[in-house]
Amino acid sequence: MSLELADVRKVAKLSRLEVSDADLTTMAAQLNRILDYVDALQEVNTDGVEPLAHPLPLQNVFRDDVPTPSLSVAEALANAPSRQGSHFGVPAVFDSDEPVSH
Amino acid sequence: MGEPYKIVVGLEVHVQLLTKTKLFCGCLNQFGLPPNSATCPVCLGMPGTLPVMNRKAFELSLRAALALNCQIAGFTKWDRKNYYYPDLPKNFQTSQYDLPFSHDGFLEVNVHPDPKKGFTPKTVRIIRAHLEEDAGKSMHDDSGRGGDSKVDLNRTGTPLLEIVSHPDIETPEEAIAYLEEVRLMLRELGVSDCEMQEGSLRCDANVNIHVPQSDGSVHATPLVEIKNLNSFRSVGRAISYEAKRHAEEYARDPENFRIEHRLKTTAGWDDPKGVTVVQRHKEAAADYRYFPEPDLVPVIVSKDEVERVRAAMGELPSQQRTRLATQYGLTAYDAEVLTAKGRPMVAYFEEVAGILKDGKAAANRLSDLVYPALTDRREELAEFPLTPAAFAAFVGGTAALPKQDRGEVFKAMLDKGVTLDAAKALVGIQVFDESALRTAVQAAMAANPRAVADFKGGKDAAKMAILGGVMKANKGAPNDVVRRLLDEELAKA
Repeated sequence: MSLELADVRKVAKLSRLEVSDADLTTMAAQLNRILDYVDALQEVNTDGVEPLAHPLPLQNVFRDDVPTPSLSVAEALANAPSRQGSHFGVPAVFDSDEPVSH
Repeated sequence: MGEPYKIVVGLEVHVQLLTKTKLFCGCLNQFGLPPNSATCPVCLGMPGTLPVMNRKAFELSLRAALALNCQIAGFTKWDRKNYYYPDLPKNFQTSQYDLPFSHDGFLEVNVHPDPKKGFTPKTVRIIRAHLEEDAGKSMHDDSGRGGDSKVDLNRTGTPLLEIVSHPDIETPEEAIAYLEEVRLMLRELGVSDCEMQEGSLRCDANVNIHVPQSDGSVHATPLVEIKNLNSFRSVGRAISYEAKRHAEEYARDPENFRIEHRLKTTAGWDDPKGVTVVQRHKEAAADYRYFPEPDLVPVIVSKDEVERVRAAMGELPSQQRTRLATQYGLTAYDAEVLTAKGRPMVAYFEEVAGILKDGKAAANRLSDLVYPALTDRREELAEFPLTPAAFAAFVGGTAALPKQDRGEVFKAMLDKGVTLDAAKALVGIQVFDESALRTAVQAAMAANPRAVADFKGGKDAAKMAILGGVMKANKGAPNDVVRRLLDEELAKA
């Protein structure tokens, strides 16, 4: 598998990263090396091996539906670059391509 | 009806689960708290935190899926759905992608042309139901000056059940009927309170139309997913609007306005204007770059667990309708109306019917008196002043009265808080005790020996003369009681 520049550009956009054309070329090369490395897995014969959903041999880890204390509003907002009263303030979303809800 | 095309609708319903806490942390899952007062490092998406699944959320989901007749997967896991939005602090939503905990169910809904008059079942198939977390809430500056948006993360990480139907729904009315059945069932099961205004039930509609061709093939128009549907009514209106719009666009460009030539689009419903507004072309599923959530371990559901949840589920609305119809001799329609009122009303009905030994009378008086009274008085059944025993006594004691008198007695009992007899007196209906009426019957017979003799001689009509005399002298006496007494006395004469 090999990534084209267009693929890297698309992934960068989906990740909301602004990447210059020069960096795109470098990143494409780097990402392709990572993919080649992971590709080594393709050489393993996996016939008859069950797909693995999780590396830990654990399942059914639950907690009871019991409330625990939350942070204060001040603590919750402490790292926010911008506040609007008790709300986080974020720049308005203009791009109509932005997801609206999921 | 009569349109040269078929409307095809699939609904995606999201309901918030009635847990005390969020899906992955112990913050409160409660509507209306002060902004950002129910958050912690887990739901704020701080690095190094670990989510732990809420057992109650999973059990409620399981209950809902079983009620939707879904198959329960023995093995299920969660995945990260990656996208960037200010109300999603982790930059991914923990959801279920390829191994949802339930799939392939169905729901029976009432698609009678007039659902207030009859019951015609239709099966809507369910593709899947899965458990995921909700996002926070963004409030945008609507001054038009591009001010900052405000974000409240109280809702972030609260449990959501997503229920996806097959595109089996063919009219706006069927869509509403489906939503009503989902809401009734999930409320009855204690899964969700399903309040659309509070956002605890949300619905997106996937709509297109199928246009039959002369060669027998079908042209399908491009799929549109309609969002922002904030009432059942708006779901119906949006589907009607969108189907008409598709028909017009298809008529203009039948070659290109087809599902195979266009991407799926997302549109918002503008309720005041009554139109859909296209928002964007839907990202393909791969663009969300789903991958397994490494911070949560899989869940394995045993057959025993499934049976335990099924046993604890109680009677489903569909089962209840059937039972009410067979056990009490109710019509399918009466059983449907009663079931739609919820379990407390059904329990009330069953007590009244049990005392009266007459389910039909109990159901009739509930629907012509109690339901409207609850609406008028803005009361829940729990606040209703008449106990089942008092209401049963009322139904029995007013059975012989004309409808209007009965209604006035009922109103007096409610408004004045008085007993049945006192209410009758207030309304001016004399209370007759049986022995006084028997004396009156005897007196009338004594005063009219000829009629008695005629009756004995085989003239049935002669009885009416005596009955008329008794009724005239005792205005408002229960006709059926007087008849019975007269029959008894004539038999003795």
